[in-house]
Amino acid sequence: MLPPVFGVLFDGLAYGMLLFLLSVGLSVTLGLMNFVNLAHCAFAMVGGYVTVLLMNHFGWSFFLTLPLAFLVPALLSVGFERVFYRRFYGKSDLDQVLLTIGIAFVSVAAAAWFFGTTQQPIRTPAILLGTYNVLGIDIAPYRLFLIIVGAAITLALIAGLEYTRFGAQVRAAVDNQRMASGLGINVERTFAITFAVGSGLAGLGGALAIQIVGLDPNFSFTYLIYVLIVVAVGGLGSIGGSLAAAILIGVSDIAGKYYVPQLGAFLIYLVMLAILMWRPSGLFGRR
Amino acid sequence: MASITDVGTEPVRYLKRQTRWHWAETVFWLATLLPFYFFPDYLQLASQIAITALFALSLDLILGYAGIVSLGHAAFLGTGAYAAGIFSKMVWGEPFTGLIVGTAAAALLGYASSFVIARFRHLTLIMITLGLGLLLEQAANSAGWLTGGSDGLQGIEIWPLLGHFDFGLWGYTAYSYSLIALFVVFLGARRLINSPFGLALRGIRENALRMPAIGAPSRKHIRTIYTLSAAIAGLAGALLAQTTQTVALDALGFQRSADVLIMVVLGGAGRLYGGIIGAIVYMIAHDQFSGIAPQYWYFWIGLLLIAVVMFLPNGILGGLQATANWVQDQWRKR
Repeated sequence: MLPPVFGVLFDGLAYGMLLFLLSVGLSVTLGLMNFVNLAHCAFAMVGGYVTVLLMNHFGWSFFLTLPLAFLVPALLSVGFERVFYRRFYGKSDLDQVLLTIGIAFVSVAAAAWFFGTTQQPIRTPAILLGTYNVLGIDIAPYRLFLIIVGAAITLALIAGLEYTRFGAQVRAAVDNQRMASGLGINVERTFAITFAVGSGLAGLGGALAIQIVGLDPNFSFTYLIYVLIVVAVGGLGSIGGSLAAAILIGVSDIAGKYYVPQLGAFLIYLVMLAILMWRPSGLFGRR
Repeated sequence: MASITDVGTEPVRYLKRQTRWHWAETVFWLATLLPFYFFPDYLQLASQIAITALFALSLDLILGYAGIVSLGHAAFLGTGAYAAGIFSKMVWGEPFTGLIVGTAAAALLGYASSFVIARFRHLTLIMITLGLGLLLEQAANSAGWLTGGSDGLQGIEIWPLLGHFDFGLWGYTAYSYSLIALFVVFLGARRLINSPFGLALRGIRENALRMPAIGAPSRKHIRTIYTLSAAIAGLAGALLAQTTQTVALDALGFQRSADVLIMVVLGGAGRLYGGIIGAIVYMIAHDQFSGIAPQYWYFWIGLLLIAVVMFLPNGILGGLQATANWVQDQWRKR
């Protein structure tokens, strides 16, 4: 019987796409500014709660909430960048870690205050429920939808980075920040925009994750660990690296849970440590 | 490192001057005896504070002096706790040997991981410490036959200390025992950081690349201090297991690592007393506000963290020192 293998690969790929959406923003901003943002998943959580609020209280359809799950965290992150993050660009890792852990703690408490500590229920559109049987393999349409969204966003990001003027500025700033600003690129503005897009994508990921992993106030921390693993394994500032790492971690996690459930998340931590020891700057990192 | 400029002649005299006891230190250690007379109801809490202070001290050694940011330091606390707990269940309940076993287990783990730690800095280092901590927590969770899994390690029985002092409900023994351990380790740490080795560590914190250039074996120093720090954290864990007679899985958890980091930063990293003061303030606040649901407790902790990094970069002790310096300046101007 081969099908379980394909099923695991398919689920792993879908999960990997989710992790990619959640983590790509952090990877690029870390590569750009060397800013260790442990509050990244708090923005993802905001996206999740935007979707829950709009669906359950205002009766919006799931698909319509997704653009807002992108926009709200993106705008919010601009505010945070202006007020807090900006002052910490040149500071030590420790200060950045503490500031952003603080923000993440506050986000957990705020989410618990407004929405309670329970898992948020949502009604996924009927079209994405159930399973289809294709060539003897059960395919869950929601996961297929995730893969399609993830692939579309990857293509859009790569196109945006490779073929636009702004993308060229981002690449230049990642490569050599001083040189880029010497050439007249406004690195701070570039960073602010990238930061907003990254947080927005995390928010979208948070909204899409509800169906798969649920949403509760601890989301900020539970998924932070996965996101950091993806970023560290993929290498900073690399979209392709993040994608490869996200899929690798997604597939290893699902495969681990399927074949050796007693190990829990042991396997992905082991994969991460092994890769970091082999290549300290990640699979695709250059520094 | 401003004080190095006023060394005067020779570094030996500078180091000597650093080892002299300040009157405030004597007052502080005498004050640790107050709970025996004034707060006998809180001795159990006081012993937990002393243990946490010991744990914070161990983190301060690597964070404040060698500049190693660790998000997984609870790995060593948990290892010490589980080793001491399992030892008391499987071999015997004599407390001192239990302490030695717990400390040795954590030191071994620390020594093994120090080879990895010494190779990395920055984000990779943070991720590796985090990953090691998580890995160990998962391992302890999976090895339920040994550790009790998520139910925690139950049924630890500790014999009376020196065959005479029982670890009773009131915590006299627990507090004396933990306080003595804290004081002894503190004396050792104080001597260590005021030695040439301690100076080398501060050099690594200030500039990790330049230290090898002046002939200091940075990686070897990092390995040594990391192993020592792990051993102290293991000792704290062993004390925790013996005084509470149980070990929960969260002794290894991320929350524990984050909490101790917060304590050290709150008190002031790189000051030796920073971790201790931070632990006292944090634990007493936690006890006083224990009525608040945990998620709201972390709201205030989060705000506090943001405030500390934005307005009080050297913690409570740094703030006190800045105030004292300011007052002194005003005094001189007159």
